[in-house]
Amino acid sequence: MACVLEAPLRMSVLSEVTASSRHYVDRLFDLDPQKVLQGVIDMKNAVIGNNKQKANLIVLGAVPRLLYLLQQETSSTELRTECAVVLGSLAMGTENNVKSLLDCHIIPALLQGLLSPDLKFIEACLRCLRTIFISPVTPEDLLYTDATVISHLMALLSRSRYTQEYICQIFSHCCKGPDHQTILFNHGAVQNIAHLLVSTSYKVRMQALKCFSVLAFENPQVSMTLVNGKHKVLVDGELLPQIFVKMLQRDKPVEMQLTSAKCLTSMCRAGAIRTDDSCIVLKTLPCLVRMCSKERLLEERVEGAETLAYLIETDVELQRIASITDHLIVMLADYFKYPSSVSAITDIKRLDHDLKHAHELRQAAFKLYASLGANDEDIRKKIIETENMMDRIVNGLSESSIKVRLAAVRCLHSLSRSVQQLRTSFQDHAVWKPLMKVLQNAPNEILVVASSTLCNLLLEFSPSKEPILESGAIELLCSLTQSENLALRVNGIWALMNVAFQAEQKIKSDILRGLSTEQLFQLLSDSDVNVLMKTLGLLRNLLSTRPHIDHIMSTHGKQIMQAVTLILEGEHNIEVKEQTLCILANIADGTTAKELIMTNDDILQKIKYYMSHSNAKLQLAAMFCISNLVWNEEEGSQERQDKLRDMGIVDILHKLSQSSDPNLCDKAKTALQQYLA
Amino acid sequence: MADAGAGSLHGGDSALSCLPEEQELSQRLRRLYPAVNQEETPLPRSWSPKDKYNYIGLSQGNLRVHYKGHGKNHKDAASVRATHPIPAACGIYYFEVKIVSKGRDGYMGIGLSAQGVNMNRLPGWDKHSYGYHGDDGHSFCSSGTGQPYGPTFTTGDVIGCCVNLINNTCFYTKNGHSLGIAFTDLPLPAMISNQFMELLQEYIQHLFKSNLYPTVGLQTPGEIVDANFGQQPFVFDIEDYMREWRAKIQGTIKRFPIGDRLGEWQAMLQNMVSSYLVHHGYCSTAAAFARITDTTIQEEQTSIKNRQRIQKLVLAGRVGEAIEATQQLYPGLLEHNPNLLFMLKCRQFVEMVNGTDSEVRCFSARSPRSQDSYPGSPNLSPRRGSNNSHVHSTGADSPTCSNGVLSTKIKQSCSKYQALSSSSSSSSSSSPSSVNYSESNSTDSTKSQQHSSTSNQETRHLAFLSFFYLSDSEMEMEAEHYPNGVLENSSTRIMNGTYKHEEILQTDESSMEDNCPQRQLCGGNHAATERMIQFGRELQTLSEQLCREYGKNTMHKKMLQDAFSLLAYSDPWNCPVGQQLDPIQREPVCAALNSAILESQNLPKQPPLMLALGQASECLRLMARVGLGSCSFARVDDYLH
Repeated sequence: MACVLEAPLRMSVLSEVTASSRHYVDRLFDLDPQKVLQGVIDMKNAVIGNNKQKANLIVLGAVPRLLYLLQQETSSTELRTECAVVLGSLAMGTENNVKSLLDCHIIPALLQGLLSPDLKFIEACLRCLRTIFISPVTPEDLLYTDATVISHLMALLSRSRYTQEYICQIFSHCCKGPDHQTILFNHGAVQNIAHLLVSTSYKVRMQALKCFSVLAFENPQVSMTLVNGKHKVLVDGELLPQIFVKMLQRDKPVEMQLTSAKCLTSMCRAGAIRTDDSCIVLKTLPCLVRMCSKERLLEERVEGAETLAYLIETDVELQRIASITDHLIVMLADYFKYPSSVSAITDIKRLDHDLKHAHELRQAAFKLYASLGANDEDIRKKIIETENMMDRIVNGLSESSIKVRLAAVRCLHSLSRSVQQLRTSFQDHAVWKPLMKVLQNAPNEILVVASSTLCNLLLEFSPSKEPILESGAIELLCSLTQSENLALRVNGIWALMNVAFQAEQKIKSDILRGLSTEQLFQLLSDSDVNVLMKTLGLLRNLLSTRPHIDHIMSTHGKQIMQAVTLILEGEHNIEVKEQTLCILANIADGTTAKELIMTNDDILQKIKYYMSHSNAKLQLAAMFCISNLVWNEEEGSQERQDKLRDMGIVDILHKLSQSSDPNLCDKAKTALQQYLA
Repeated sequence: MADAGAGSLHGGDSALSCLPEEQELSQRLRRLYPAVNQEETPLPRSWSPKDKYNYIGLSQGNLRVHYKGHGKNHKDAASVRATHPIPAACGIYYFEVKIVSKGRDGYMGIGLSAQGVNMNRLPGWDKHSYGYHGDDGHSFCSSGTGQPYGPTFTTGDVIGCCVNLINNTCFYTKNGHSLGIAFTDLPLPAMISNQFMELLQEYIQHLFKSNLYPTVGLQTPGEIVDANFGQQPFVFDIEDYMREWRAKIQGTIKRFPIGDRLGEWQAMLQNMVSSYLVHHGYCSTAAAFARITDTTIQEEQTSIKNRQRIQKLVLAGRVGEAIEATQQLYPGLLEHNPNLLFMLKCRQFVEMVNGTDSEVRCFSARSPRSQDSYPGSPNLSPRRGSNNSHVHSTGADSPTCSNGVLSTKIKQSCSKYQALSSSSSSSSSSSPSSVNYSESNSTDSTKSQQHSSTSNQETRHLAFLSFFYLSDSEMEMEAEHYPNGVLENSSTRIMNGTYKHEEILQTDESSMEDNCPQRQLCGGNHAATERMIQFGRELQTLSEQLCREYGKNTMHKKMLQDAFSLLAYSDPWNCPVGQQLDPIQREPVCAALNSAILESQNLPKQPPLMLALGQASECLRLMARVGLGSCSFARVDDYLH
């Protein structure tokens, strides 16, 4: 039957292929099963290492026939096994081969084959599956379409060292993201694979280790289980971290050291191992630093640097140790020297190799510099003093590769936390220019870091502040505040707050204009407390120095007073309310703006209420308002004093002047003095 | 006596001190630097009280260093070197220094310097001097100006210094973290060169430049540092670093290209295996191997079997028979090899003492085979069991004395000696040594008067050695012990460690070691002892004859002396020279005889395999001597399973 079906296909391509290939396929259709078997075996020998032959056979339609034979219950196990071997061999060829195999639905056929009782056949199927799944063209999800597959694979782990090797390899290639991790974890991957870490076969050990590194990556659940799950995982009486540490030993293959360092890193970042544990400080970290050395392969250096960046990202002590280990900061500078000028001339192969890895190397170095300089000023200084560092960052900001740009921005962000560097090298290299460029039409992930960097560059003492504003930063920032992305909104408003700090009238007006009143109120009702706080901060910065206060209140007074009332009435935390009261105090400092408060009894009652609040911070903030209102050197102070006395404010002031809190007490006394004068 | 002997046997480090910390240090050093021959190149263990500037004070077993100068300026700097330089055979050397106190300014330098470098300076400032300084974290490479290197260090920090003698670099550690390479050009020969002259040149350079000592320097009052040369576990995991280099070097060896001579290579290996089997007389294995690999064996089967028979005899301790067999099968061989003959006879004498040689065994009923080969041997000697009562009656107060079967004269002397040796504890019947001496003397020596000596011990030996008319004053040495016997140093003959004596002896129904818990001189037989003494005299005569013919031979003298010394002890198996009686000592004799036979047949006297092995070992020794550190990670033992 199959014969009849496939004949037309074969006819159409006959002219393109050699007779010998055709002969191999023809033999698959022989009526004598013995001859078919011999045909498959001959085909196996013919395709090994011969990509052209593989392509020919695929074109001639060998795959459906092989799959047919493989699935046929009537086929002998030997024949089915040989079919799986040939298919595996075809999969070893080009990516197109794999695509053709996938098109013929090879995966379900092979998975079906795993149910066979014959171990040799199972191994052949697994080997072929392994080859297909490690190909980049195969979607990993194909492994998870049938829920029974994973548990069956787990069961097959006990069959032989080959099933162990292939299954672990399949898992480690198909485990992408938390969903896959959870599926494998729930099928008992940790317990089933743990003992393979001490297998006598190096390949099995290595593949099991790789499994753990992908299972634990950014996965606290798996990471915690690896250290001390409910059912402690012991292998040969040792805990898994101890096993991993042994695999870090310097005479172990580099691949093994690196992978086990990745496992330990994930476990550390998940909080399963303390950052001051000696297995991190004295084993994992030094191992990863070694992976960055010139002696390692480019791929290993990339992976080492990225993993190390991840390990030390949030721990300043680890950052300090890494910064002194094996001259890491200088060592990383070498990552920017690819392709080297030598390789271009002498060796075209090497140039190709270097070019392929150049981007990866650069972004890895930037990432690691970013982590190293995240918290410690001395380290930042050392990084910036590294040869051509600022130039490299500036260049990185305008690279075509998004990965490199992102990493460069992260690095810049990290370094921008240094006041000294903002004043010196950032200015010398006009870092703001490429940074502003990055901010135009960049994807969100870059925008988040870049805008955060911009926040720092817009700090009052930063010499870059002015040129940045001149190049239209306010507009950009205002548009960020409208973003769907929370981080971008925070960064946008934060940057505006920084811009408004002690700024001149024009800039403040620009901000108000750019933001628009509606947007301002939108932000004040933002669900995120960070956005609210920064918006209030912005308001407070806008409302400083008397002329500015009066000017802004004359134009936006009504809305601002409304917003303030709303926030004071709303359910907000102490910091928010304090910030709001401070805004009121600023308003009370204005000349004309004062009246907006004095004429608003509602607000006055609220101030009075907060003077007697249980929280001293709020009391103090309210006192600032009163103090500003009763200040007697100013026009109309008498009326204001009288009105406030009538409200019973003076009584409260007297009470507060007896307070045990010295700040409150002082403030109350000062206010009372205004009445005496 | 036995105790003192055992103590001195160990020699080396344990003799220095028995403190637990010293032992721990020795253990750790041995583990870290297994390739170092500490007799030849001792390892640094403390700071040298002689090799320091006088502003340096030492305490706590010369491990703590403190500054006691004025500390006004750099002219008040002071350094101290360790007791010994770093031996190249370390491969990788490491020590740590803990900063106990940074003192006033913390101007401390840790590093290396060659002997003779001015001690009024911090390490690193002068030629052949290298240092890492705490105040600025700079490294100083034979220069007054430093290079930025690492972090500063201060009170509480532990600074380590690692010298890699394979690539001649040095790195430091701070609190267990490697700080990266500090120096890349340490003055040690860098590469092995094929050209002899270059090697020689390098070697000369090495003699002048290398030999760096661990060094610390201090400069301001209050500075105190403690060294750790292995007394304590190191903060830095140096063993892990060593593992990496061991793997590197072994990888280099493994990947060493053998080119396209693959076929030749295989043939060579087969030849090596085959010749080894043949050499040691494993004839059926050799035949099987030849059959499988399709190679031929040079030597004839019968010849191999003959050698095998002779070897078995020697290894069984039946040297007399072995000599006889050799003379029969290879007439003229021993006549042309008087040295070998002498060696064999000496061994035979030892075996007689042991009670294993046929000439004395024939006095006992133990060995049917020796009876066969010596049909004319006298009647059975009394069985050992019957003597036991005698032993107990005479040796009641000295249980180790097993002299019950000795001839009266010897018995007397021996018991006297026994009493003497235990006189310190309790002796009721001990006679003064002079009596002992004269008594023995009176038996047969006229010339021995000249030996009158002062020391008890010597007296004792002389008492016995005078049996043999010793005339040479050189013999008046104390009984020394030679750990590996004379033969090993004497020539390049290869020991074959694969024989198992038990196996060889298993055809023999008896084995001296197995059967009697209390070993007795000459198997405890009176007649045998007489024979032994007579044989000793003959041996002495042979020695004198050889001396006349070929001139003085110190080796012979020593062999003879060692062999005769056995008689100086009541229990020869437990005496300082007792090692000779160990069956393992038969092996060199056996190998020598085997080699000689092979040589006479125009076959190589050593199997090429052993030659290659010996060459590799010698190469490694040479590497250690010329300062090529990689030798420590490529030990021959690692490749022998």
